[in-house]
Amino acid sequence: MTLTAEARTLAPPERRIAEVRSVERIGAYDLITARDPIGPPDPRPGQFYMLAAGERWGGGAGERPYLPRAFSYARARPLAGGQGVDLQFLLEEVGPGTCRLGELVAGDPLALLGPLGIGFESPPADRRPLLVGGGIGVAPLLCWDDELRAGAREPGVLLGFRSAGHARAADLFAGSPDVSTDDGSVGRAGVVTEPLRADLERDPLAVVHACGPEGMLDAVRSVCGELGVPARLALEAGMACGYGACFGCVVPTVDGYARVCVDGPVFDAAVLA
Amino acid sequence: MRPEPVELCGVPLRGPILNGSGTFDAIAAHRAFGDALLESFPFDCFVSKTITVAPRDGNPPPRLWEAPAGMINSIGLPNKGLERFLELDLPQLATLPVPLCVSVMGFSHDELATLVGAVGAVEDIGLVEINVSCPNVETGTIVGADPGETEAAVRRLRPLTEKPLIVKLTPSATDPAAVAAAAEAAGADAVALINTLKGMAIDPRTRQPSLGNRTGGLSGPAVRAVALEQVAAVAARVDIPIVGMGGIASGRDADDFLAAGASVVAVGTESFRDPAAGRRIAAELAAIRAAMRDASAGAAL
Repeated sequence: MTLTAEARTLAPPERRIAEVRSVERIGAYDLITARDPIGPPDPRPGQFYMLAAGERWGGGAGERPYLPRAFSYARARPLAGGQGVDLQFLLEEVGPGTCRLGELVAGDPLALLGPLGIGFESPPADRRPLLVGGGIGVAPLLCWDDELRAGAREPGVLLGFRSAGHARAADLFAGSPDVSTDDGSVGRAGVVTEPLRADLERDPLAVVHACGPEGMLDAVRSVCGELGVPARLALEAGMACGYGACFGCVVPTVDGYARVCVDGPVFDAAVLA
Repeated sequence: MRPEPVELCGVPLRGPILNGSGTFDAIAAHRAFGDALLESFPFDCFVSKTITVAPRDGNPPPRLWEAPAGMINSIGLPNKGLERFLELDLPQLATLPVPLCVSVMGFSHDELATLVGAVGAVEDIGLVEINVSCPNVETGTIVGADPGETEAAVRRLRPLTEKPLIVKLTPSATDPAAVAAAAEAAGADAVALINTLKGMAIDPRTRQPSLGNRTGGLSGPAVRAVALEQVAAVAARVDIPIVGMGGIASGRDADDFLAAGASVVAVGTESFRDPAAGRRIAAELAAIRAAMRDASAGAAL
């Protein structure tokens, strides 16, 4: 079998057990830090992991959860010695899977598979990177922002949240992101695509990298399309496996359905139907 | 611990663990895991996704819904179609370190004949599985639900290839054992069961079906007890080998299916949770069998 070049770091072909180091409350979200002893130290920003609690995954409300849940990693810190990595995941407790993960405490086992999928790629030198995040979708932009800054390509960062509690996630960013909230409790009141439009009208020589809820991504696509700015969108979809086996996570593209897990999660907006 | 080698319809396998058709895409998995996948390939025989004559897009999303101890899917057999499968996928699947079984499904006897004739002529393919049971496609249940239909279809296909023909049964048949016996009478070399059970979920927010295709197939540990009973019922009626599957998640589960009459077993939904599940289950099964041998050797002394 041959491999074509993709913006991905390969995953070990098995689920492994990481150790939860801490679970920190960040406003409305949980930030889980877990030590992955054998995983690659260099996942690509935009890649994701399938997570499940190592114990008591199942038997909750409605006898769920059963399947692992997909999360973009927020940050990765390689361990000394070249093997293993401390991974951070941002999550919001909304269902049986995320609630069980939110219960974890330091020392608990966390089953994970990854890194999976195709991540972000640097924009061409003549275009500035502009990151747009909504809600829990800010997670993959954290490590991408770090990496762009380390490469002296400091991006603009525009973030949108429901309220001040959710907007606490903006504090995790290295710089001073532009924050909008639906209720106006922090930053400007309104949706993130309003500052996005203003920013791109000022200087359209950008590539937008966005992650967030479906409605926000639709609006980002529409603004970018209108202004002729390329956009790379990190999509979310319910998936059973994360590595192309179940065919459950498809999105329509100009070439038919594509699997978010192996053909994405980062897609060029132009290929999405 | 590695399991003992086995034979399935004359094809030597290094162990008794297959994947259920449509539950593992070796080409996509290779993109995610690289050559490490091939070095520790989780199955002893690889079963392809079901191939049809014409390409299929599959069903509209959402395609998945989590169920108690399992999941419901309505994937809809997306595939490249026979011609592009043979051209693009087969050369890659032929390099897997285990024998290859290609699963096919036709919407008529002529289509089935085209498929079996084409894959039956390919040297790199070891076995052919005839899917008469996918509950996601409206016509899929018709052949496999009826012993007479199944017998007629297999009789038409039997002379078209010398490769072993495995008939994948549908659990929705009134009497799956009668369908299995009909397949055997028509010359099938093995039967595989169970496929997913027809199921449905309601999204409480909309009070509408959760899946884009309204209904889907239930799989995972939720179906294991049903599967075991059907395997035992079929084993009581046929002499050909049985590929047993349905919610197998451990070596203990696998041994239960062997005890019920299966010759080999397949892992499906558990692989979604862990791509190495097949390897883990094989090791657990080997340990169980070794302990049983030790115990009977001890009893003989």
